[in-house]
Amino acid sequence: MIKAVIVMNDQGKPRLVKFYSFQAVEKQHELIRSIYGVLCSRANNVSNFIKVDSLFGPDARLVYKTFATLYFIFVFDSSENELAMLDLMQVFVETLDKCFHNVCELDIIFNFNKVHSILDEIILGGQVLETNSSEVAKAAEEISKMEKHANSVTLVPSISGWSNR
Amino acid sequence: MAGGPSLMDSLFQRSLEDLIKGLRLHNLAAGTAAGTPESSTFVSKSIDEVRREIKSTDQQTKTTALQKLTYLHSLYAIDMSWAAFHAIELSSSTIFNSKRTGYLAASISFNSSTDVILLLTHQLRKDLNSGNPHEVSLALQTLSSICTPDLARDLTPELFTLLNSNKGFIKKKAIATVLRVFELYPDSVRVCFKRLVENLENADVGIVSAIVGVFCELANKEPRSYLPLAPEFYRILVDSRNNWVLIKVLKIFAKLVPLEPRLGKRVVEPICEHLRRTGAKSLAFECIRTIVCSLTQHELAVKLAAEKIREFLTEDDPNLKYLGLQALAAIAPKSLNAVVENKEVVIKSLSDEDVNIKFEALRLVMAMVSEDNVAEICRVLINYALKSDPEFCNEILGSILSTCSRNYYETIVDFDWYVSLLGEMARVPHCQKGEEIENQLVDIGMRVRDVRPEVVHVGRDLLIDPALLGNSFIHRILSAAAWVSGEYVEFCKNPFELMEALLQPRTNLLPPSVRAVYIQSAFKVLTFSAYFYFYPEEALAASISEVGESVHNGWCEQSSDSVSGQTVTFSEPDEGFNPRMLHQPQKDASGNDGKKMISDLEQVSSCSVKMGHFTKDCLVGMVNLVESTLRPMAGSHEVEIQDRVKNVLGLIELIRQEIHGCLVPKEEENDRGELKACEIVRVMHNALSEELGPVSLSAQGRVPLPDGLELKENLSDLEAICGDFRIPVLSSFSLEKPRSLEKDVVTVSDQQNEEECEPSSESTSLLTEHRKRHGIYYLPSEKKEKVPNDYPPANDLSMQDKVNDEADYLVKLTEKSLVPKKKPIAKPRPVVVKLDDGDRIHINEKLTELKEDLISDAVQEVLLGNQAVASSSRTDKSDKSSNRRSRKEAFRPLESNADSTTVEIAELGNKNSRRIKHRTHGKERSHRSSKKATGESDRSDRPSSSHPHGKHKSRQRADGMENVAAESPVIPDFLL
Repeated sequence: MIKAVIVMNDQGKPRLVKFYSFQAVEKQHELIRSIYGVLCSRANNVSNFIKVDSLFGPDARLVYKTFATLYFIFVFDSSENELAMLDLMQVFVETLDKCFHNVCELDIIFNFNKVHSILDEIILGGQVLETNSSEVAKAAEEISKMEKHANSVTLVPSISGWSNR
Repeated sequence: MAGGPSLMDSLFQRSLEDLIKGLRLHNLAAGTAAGTPESSTFVSKSIDEVRREIKSTDQQTKTTALQKLTYLHSLYAIDMSWAAFHAIELSSSTIFNSKRTGYLAASISFNSSTDVILLLTHQLRKDLNSGNPHEVSLALQTLSSICTPDLARDLTPELFTLLNSNKGFIKKKAIATVLRVFELYPDSVRVCFKRLVENLENADVGIVSAIVGVFCELANKEPRSYLPLAPEFYRILVDSRNNWVLIKVLKIFAKLVPLEPRLGKRVVEPICEHLRRTGAKSLAFECIRTIVCSLTQHELAVKLAAEKIREFLTEDDPNLKYLGLQALAAIAPKSLNAVVENKEVVIKSLSDEDVNIKFEALRLVMAMVSEDNVAEICRVLINYALKSDPEFCNEILGSILSTCSRNYYETIVDFDWYVSLLGEMARVPHCQKGEEIENQLVDIGMRVRDVRPEVVHVGRDLLIDPALLGNSFIHRILSAAAWVSGEYVEFCKNPFELMEALLQPRTNLLPPSVRAVYIQSAFKVLTFSAYFYFYPEEALAASISEVGESVHNGWCEQSSDSVSGQTVTFSEPDEGFNPRMLHQPQKDASGNDGKKMISDLEQVSSCSVKMGHFTKDCLVGMVNLVESTLRPMAGSHEVEIQDRVKNVLGLIELIRQEIHGCLVPKEEENDRGELKACEIVRVMHNALSEELGPVSLSAQGRVPLPDGLELKENLSDLEAICGDFRIPVLSSFSLEKPRSLEKDVVTVSDQQNEEECEPSSESTSLLTEHRKRHGIYYLPSEKKEKVPNDYPPANDLSMQDKVNDEADYLVKLTEKSLVPKKKPIAKPRPVVVKLDDGDRIHINEKLTELKEDLISDAVQEVLLGNQAVASSSRTDKSDKSSNRRSRKEAFRPLESNADSTTVEIAELGNKNSRRIKHRTHGKERSHRSSKKATGESDRSDRPSSSHPHGKHKSRQRADGMENVAAESPVIPDFLL
């Protein structure tokens, strides 16, 4: 099971935080700081694993990958394959790339909701559900279309109500 | 005007984007440091806005407010528990965006203590039944993250329906959600399990992947229950071409195979086939892992895995290399050959730039350690340690220490080498393993008699180096060095030098606790020197007591003569510094026997002869040195130091008195009984040279119960209570316990010393008495006999070689083997728990026994404990179910016998129907239960999992029976 997905920038600022078992938000940020402390001390061309037994329990593993200014981090337990998690990370990033057309940190910063909905299509309750980035992108597009549609509908009555007054 | 503010809000409301921009602006202005006052005022201002806006009646305004709050909560750790109700309100919105915002907020911020969570039940149910797949999916996502037992119970029917959804998109989400629901509400397994199993045969890879993922999680917790599903998993293993699915199936088999060896035979071939054919590294690695963890009996498979591991190791990708090393570490216990074949890569990886790889390589190197190569490997590793960064350096030292000390130093043959290695480690610049080295130095000193001279030698080298005192990390080691030097001072070549080292000015850099050890050691050295000065013959005799008990006795009788003769001689300054000369007059003074013995002694113990330095002047010099150094510390605020300094000063007083007394003719004093000081020194020396030894784990058990002491009953209760806790502690820190006992002993003897300083013969005798009684707490003396001979012959041999060159060494050697008997003559004290082989083996056996107990306990716990937990989370009726389950398990092996199976099934069915009547939660339970008896499935061991079969079979009873009939033989066939 996947325990957490975290995206943070190279300054240690979290950009996306999703824990699949409840953690108090203060605890989440404490964990993120500890992870960052280890991450920033690692060279570029080394393996993508960090030992996190002390942070997440004895069974936990962590893989991370650097994309431009961002660290993508997956924390999971022995029910997942380390290399498969790296692949999944690739899927996630590819999907983001498809949805935002050359994704960069700013896209992730300003599209908090959309990034969450993309992630939710890939992972649900810690289980990997979809590994095809096109499928995920399609679902995410549908969702944002629905949102936009809903928005335009709702704006009208509120404005008309105002002009009537 | 009620709509006024809300309208204004909606028009001029900051959007989430505005908020983010504002945050970034303030962060930039405030520099990189997060949480600066400026940005935090901005955040709190924004929260105030949110608090106002979120009360708005306008959905859009409210939505935006909640979005902002969620953002701040998730990325800035702002509390949003107060907004829980708003989230629920929005989730019921008809506008998709608002609904999504509401659900997202809920899934991120809700937890089981959120009190309004139950208000969400209705909305979730509605959305789970919605025609819009995205609404359903939102509800499922939310449910999977915030599920509580209540929600799980109430929404199980909806989930059950969704498991049959014709949209794969929904179905797989429902499957993943079911996992969480199972965990929180085990009864739902009865409802949904059958559908899960059916979906294993689904053609859609996405759905199979989700299902297999769920089973992987479930099997992780309690694999045995899923053995009956092995045929389905096997089919997937053979047929599926999807790596995600295969990885999960492999994980399931890794759990199942150890439970059913016959299963291993079936799956090993397909797994090897995948391993040979696949191009995906992830799948290849999973195959390797499955083989090295669960299929180690299949030699061909292990061989193939080892080959593939080799490929991983030669990859450039550090990830693959790391995983390869991990797999190698897993294979090491079973096939050390695989490791040795890759020795080169492993050693090279030690200097890899990647920490992970280095650590893994180190683990592997340590796995290769054996009696033959331990010295070589340690040499290589210490060289690496000298070159590497502090963290890895200490990792190396730590693993050397733990590997070498494993199982009472079982890999170490040459203890002299190991002790000097410990000394060397102390000098490694980054060494932070002081505590461990300290423990081992002391431990080896106590356990391994033969190595004591080397321990003292190493200790001396550490003590006299003033540079080491500045490094706080090795203070602990110095403490050990001081302790062994004091405790085994008889092996010291130059007590005067030792004393100087113990009292050197830089010792003020030491922490008080270590300093106290230094002073205590100085006390021991001084006692020893004084004793040697007052009773040189006895001191020598003691050291060769094994040569002839008579010697000792002889000297005892003659002691007064010789003392007087000797002291007279000593008062002549010139001769004092020549050890050889020292004994000449003695010979004259002593009787014929004595003469002969002394001439022997002189040669035998030239090590001790060096202490011939202890002429009066020399002793006085030492006394003066000690006094001048320690006197100022008598006022120390540290109790430990003050206490010990006072002891030493007291001793000095005694010695002074005695030395001056020497001028008076001895005989008279003897007659008048004023020779007390001398006697006290002797008693003290005897007390101090009592051996402290490791204490057997079972020592406490061998203490005979004093009459009239009624502890037994209570203690046996205690055992029952504490037994579980104590065992793990002992197995992992087996040395800890003995040591703490030893510490007690030390303090006891300290007290004793202190009191002995008072010239009261009464208290002395009392304390001797006490000590005698105290001795009971150690091992019985039976072991003692084994001590001298059993010790590793290799060690002796190597010593012998050196000995040939140097007479000194010979002396040392003999002395060494003789020392043991020094004490026993005084009284048959069982304290002499040296580590002899017999004892060691005894303890080892004990430990392994304990370990096995632990393992089987753990297995029991994994197999039954989880069930217990699971069933306890159900209602109390489930007691029956767990009974039934265990019975079922018991029956499983017999299942190939069709008769017994059917009987069992019938029985189960009856039981079930009885049980189910008790249950209240399902609406339709009672009418179903009547039919259940017929359809009760044997498909899974879990009553929980078997129930749904029953339920379904009650609906489709006709084929339900067929299923039972068809399925039950399938499993055993497969397994056979």
